Amino acid sequence: MASQKINTLSSSKNSTFQKIKNEYFWRTIIIACGLFIILLTLGIGFFLVVKGTGTFIRMHHTVWEFLFSSDWSPFDSTTESGGGVGAAIYIFGSISTCTLALLFVTPFSLASAVLMTEITPNAGVKLFQPAIEIFVGIPSVVYGWIGLTVLVPFIKQLFHPKMGGYSVLAASIVLAVMIFPTITTVSADAIRSVSSEYRKAAYGMGSTRWQVLYKVVIPAAAPGILTGVILGLARAFGEALAVAMVIGKTRAFPADILSPTNNLTAAIASDMGNSANGGEQNLALWTMALLLFIISVFFIFLIHIISGKEKKKHA
Amino acid sequence: MDTTKNIKFNVQSLNLFYGDFQALKDISFTIYENEITALIGPSGCGKSTFLKTLNRMNDLEPNVTLHGSIQLDSQDINKDMDAIELRKRVSMVFQQPNPFPKSVYENVAYGPRINGIRKKAQLDEIVEHSLRQAAIWEEVKDRLHKSALGLSGGQQQRLCIARTLALEPEVILMDEPTSALDPISTMKIEDLASELKKNYTIVIVTHNMQQASRISDRTAFFLLGNLVEYDTTIKLFSQPSDKKTEEYITGRFG
Ligand SMILES: Nc1ncnc2c1ncn2[C@@H]1O[C@H](COP(=O)(O)OP(=O)(O)OP(=O)(O)O)[C@@H](O)[C@H]1O
Ligand SMILES: [Mg+2]
Repeated sequence: MASQKINTLSSSKNSTFQKIKNEYFWRTIIIACGLFIILLTLGIGFFLVVKGTGTFIRMHHTVWEFLFSSDWSPFDSTTESGGGVGAAIYIFGSISTCTLALLFVTPFSLASAVLMTEITPNAGVKLFQPAIEIFVGIPSVVYGWIGLTVLVPFIKQLFHPKMGGYSVLAASIVLAVMIFPTITTVSADAIRSVSSEYRKAAYGMGSTRWQVLYKVVIPAAAPGILTGVILGLARAFGEALAVAMVIGKTRAFPADILSPTNNLTAAIASDMGNSANGGEQNLALWTMALLLFIISVFFIFLIHIISGKEKKKHA
Repeated sequence: MDTTKNIKFNVQSLNLFYGDFQALKDISFTIYENEITALIGPSGCGKSTFLKTLNRMNDLEPNVTLHGSIQLDSQDINKDMDAIELRKRVSMVFQQPNPFPKSVYENVAYGPRINGIRKKAQLDEIVEHSLRQAAIWEEVKDRLHKSALGLSGGQQQRLCIARTLALEPEVILMDEPTSALDPISTMKIEDLASELKKNYTIVIVTHNMQQASRISDRTAFFLLGNLVEYDTTIKLFSQPSDKKTEEYITGRFG
């Protein structure tokens, strides 16, 4: 007992000094980590800009050609150039699959978010939440593989498309499943954080549960829900592997949603490994990567605008 | 008591339990039409609980059991009425001003909209009329389409009253509507309540004795779930018949 007391006494004597030392130590580490992350992001951005603008600066192609031409025939060597670098098919592939995925998944996500927060909040916390968290942890190759072995044959059987089941539809569905957890959890959080004062007010005036939900709670949660949708969209734009496995990787505009096509990420992933460094094709692929980067920066920017507006409204 | 007044609420032997805890004990009294009835008493005595039973807001809480009867215009609100319909006739204004995060206009139009009114002209009219009734029209008429969250606390509370008025209820329940407000806003709400009782029946919970004596016609004093005394406000504040009432209103406890 006695010795213990002495021990704690002596340590408390040191503790002020210790505390300061600890505080500075951790603060320095944290600041260093923060700076590192910022520098890393800036570094990657800078690198992408340098690499990605080569198509326009060194190969003298126009931005217009890159965005709107579908003539993709770049030379794959460091000495030749003058081929076509039109990425329109890939860009359209990305936009169409992501948009469709979003159309498929948003109603489901919203309904699930409402279900787990408003209708069965207990089961929501005990069952839905863990189930959805498991969804997030599944690697994309698994989604792709399931898509390949289940979805693609299923689409083929159901619709008998000319080119088999590899299609915009298959890619959109796989993407929809992959972004479902993101949109659902972010929306559920947004709905949960709607002040109970609003609900009370609405109930106190004779609203039905449904009216409280769709006239008060969901509008109040709308900015958060929108943030979830944008995060999901950002994830969909960035997904490569799972999409590559089911989209058919065909360099043509899809005639309909049952046709195969290709997209930015799948094209980069499949061609970058064997393209000659610094060649026309290599640089065009970098430009595609830069475009993806710009898209994701744009999404983040949107999210900040939304949350900034929210803060201003509540200030 | 004055017998020429119509009875709005008739409460008989009301007992309410939260789980095992009895929050209201055998409450019986009548609330009269076009009067302001004040509910006073120390914290935790059951004022809010009682107020909530009048429009069945306690239905929304788990583990509440209720015995006894509450009649609105001779109809049992728990047996013969739908809670949604009841709350449109008997609406509540809360302690914290809680306008929706929408525009001033949309806040007031909420009630008529859930009642199925769609026409713009009709909505415009109801909104203006309700805001005028709540004595806030002049202050907000130029910013009807801006967020209600930008208003001051007192303005927000009057907006909440306007929002309730737009439903054209018969009874307005107010749970400490001024306790979060400054004295000037408080005065405005009190004036407003006195004005509104011409057309509405008002039941107001307050911690403020002066407020109860200034604006109410009758006062009910609650203590530990019991209704200790209920009388005209003049009588209750000048010659309380119960010792505990006297101690409370003179500030000796509570
Ligand atoms: N949902 C609930 N579950 C359990 N007990 C509750 C609940 N609501 C209120 N109580 C209890 O019932 C009693 C009466 O509460 P009530 O809120 O009606 O008091 P009040 O008179 O309005 O008090 P205050 O002046 O502080 O608002 C208190 O003891 C309170 O703790
Ligand atoms: Mg209370």
